[in-house]
Amino acid sequence: MNGFEEFFVRLAEDSPRWNFVWLYDERQAERILSGLWMTVKLSIACVILSVIIGIAGAWMQGAKNRVARAIVQGYIQFFRNTPPLVQLLFFYFALGQFTPVVTGPDGWTQIPVISNVGWAIISLSFFAGAFNVEIFRAGIESVPYSTREAAESLGMTRTQTYTNVVFPLALRVSIPALSNNLINLVKTTTQAFAIAVPELLYESVSVWNDFPSAQNPTMLLLFVVYISLVGVLAFGMTSWERKLRIPGYGE
Amino acid sequence: MSTWTEDQPIVSIKNVRKAFGTLEVLKGVSMDIMKGEVVCIIGPSGSGKSTLIRCVNALNDIQGGSITVEGQEVHTENLDKLALRKKVGMVFQQYNLFPHKTALENIMMAPVKVLREDKADVKERARELLKKVRLYDKEDSYPGELSGGQQQRVAIARSLAMRPDVMLFDEVTAALDPETVKEVLVTIKDLAADGMTCILVTHEMGFARELADHIYFTDRGVIVEHGPPDTFFDNAKDPRTKEFLDQIL
Repeated sequence: MNGFEEFFVRLAEDSPRWNFVWLYDERQAERILSGLWMTVKLSIACVILSVIIGIAGAWMQGAKNRVARAIVQGYIQFFRNTPPLVQLLFFYFALGQFTPVVTGPDGWTQIPVISNVGWAIISLSFFAGAFNVEIFRAGIESVPYSTREAAESLGMTRTQTYTNVVFPLALRVSIPALSNNLINLVKTTTQAFAIAVPELLYESVSVWNDFPSAQNPTMLLLFVVYISLVGVLAFGMTSWERKLRIPGYGE
Repeated sequence: MSTWTEDQPIVSIKNVRKAFGTLEVLKGVSMDIMKGEVVCIIGPSGSGKSTLIRCVNALNDIQGGSITVEGQEVHTENLDKLALRKKVGMVFQQYNLFPHKTALENIMMAPVKVLREDKADVKERARELLKKVRLYDKEDSYPGELSGGQQQRVAIARSLAMRPDVMLFDEVTAALDPETVKEVLVTIKDLAADGMTCILVTHEMGFARELADHIYFTDRGVIVEHGPPDTFFDNAKDPRTKEFLDQIL
């Protein structure tokens, strides 16, 4: 045990509410780190999937097909107007019953095809995706119709106009709002706790259940970690926004 | 297939009717434009002139009559939009450049993405076009860094990059400062001198008089009077034409 660890062992002995157990107990450190890693993976998967849903949904909203538009509208109404925690429980407990299971390698365990982690990714992505659709739609609507006509009169199809002109311009308008929503999403991944996804909050609670004296330090850690995670995301989004800035446009 | 030959009108508009809801903006308009001709359409605002040229490249639909470009009907169910838009270039009042692309990229986009032409070839052609519109040193500028007149010249070059046979100009100088109007008009003049078929909706009477082969005056959805510029400007017969010319000249 080195001096650093010794210091925290002594601190825990002197002040029983400040047991930074994961700084000197390797097993607890592993729990926190695996929780953090799960949170990072969950966040990355949900951010990517929700952005894809947002782009696809906004594209479908502009479709000529009325049924396609109605489906997107219904999707947005459902996922935007119900609590994400309820959605998560619904996906895992209600829909989870109907998903197929496979038999595990031991020959008798029934493993669902979609795990609780899978359901958390699906549910949270659809939740954030509903907002992303609206965010991208607002961006798309900000592109003047005349710009689209110019693309069209150069022979571009609707898809070519969308990918080369409308979307790149809409994206620039959407980034600030998108950034807010993705930050919210990263924070909302903690709700996966409710279906026992071993992410950071879940692991933290496990730690302080085993070591009640570690509750205060672990909560402190939670705040520090989320501030840092969100900070990294926010920084990335701001740099991206700056990188996409068009000289002489919108200033 | 098209059996169009050059002795037939390159653009033929016959008895075209167009309504927006219950508002009838074109009430039976006809005109024939031959290859290489420069035609100016003038008239008070709201007389349907912009709508008419937008119908020529199918940006607007029509309710009656017919429009053919090089013998091919524009307003039919099985219109090959790409084929039409390769033949017909259009320049707009508000330039409508792609703000996130440089001048050169604006010009290159359609040939590369739509015609799938070789990027290096297109780049070379785009540079020549920029030279043609006298903006050779601006290839890396974004539209937001260019003046209105410069943007409009890039827009013309962008249209030309598709090698159209007919160019439509929809009040292309109306949004410009007076001092930059001229540079755009000079560009169009060069084009006309090269033999490009040009259809212009314009308020530039001096330009129309100097350059046009034929002038059409529209009012309230009909062609009131048309003729070669000298006859039109000096011997207008219809009282509405006279009134309009008195107001403008």
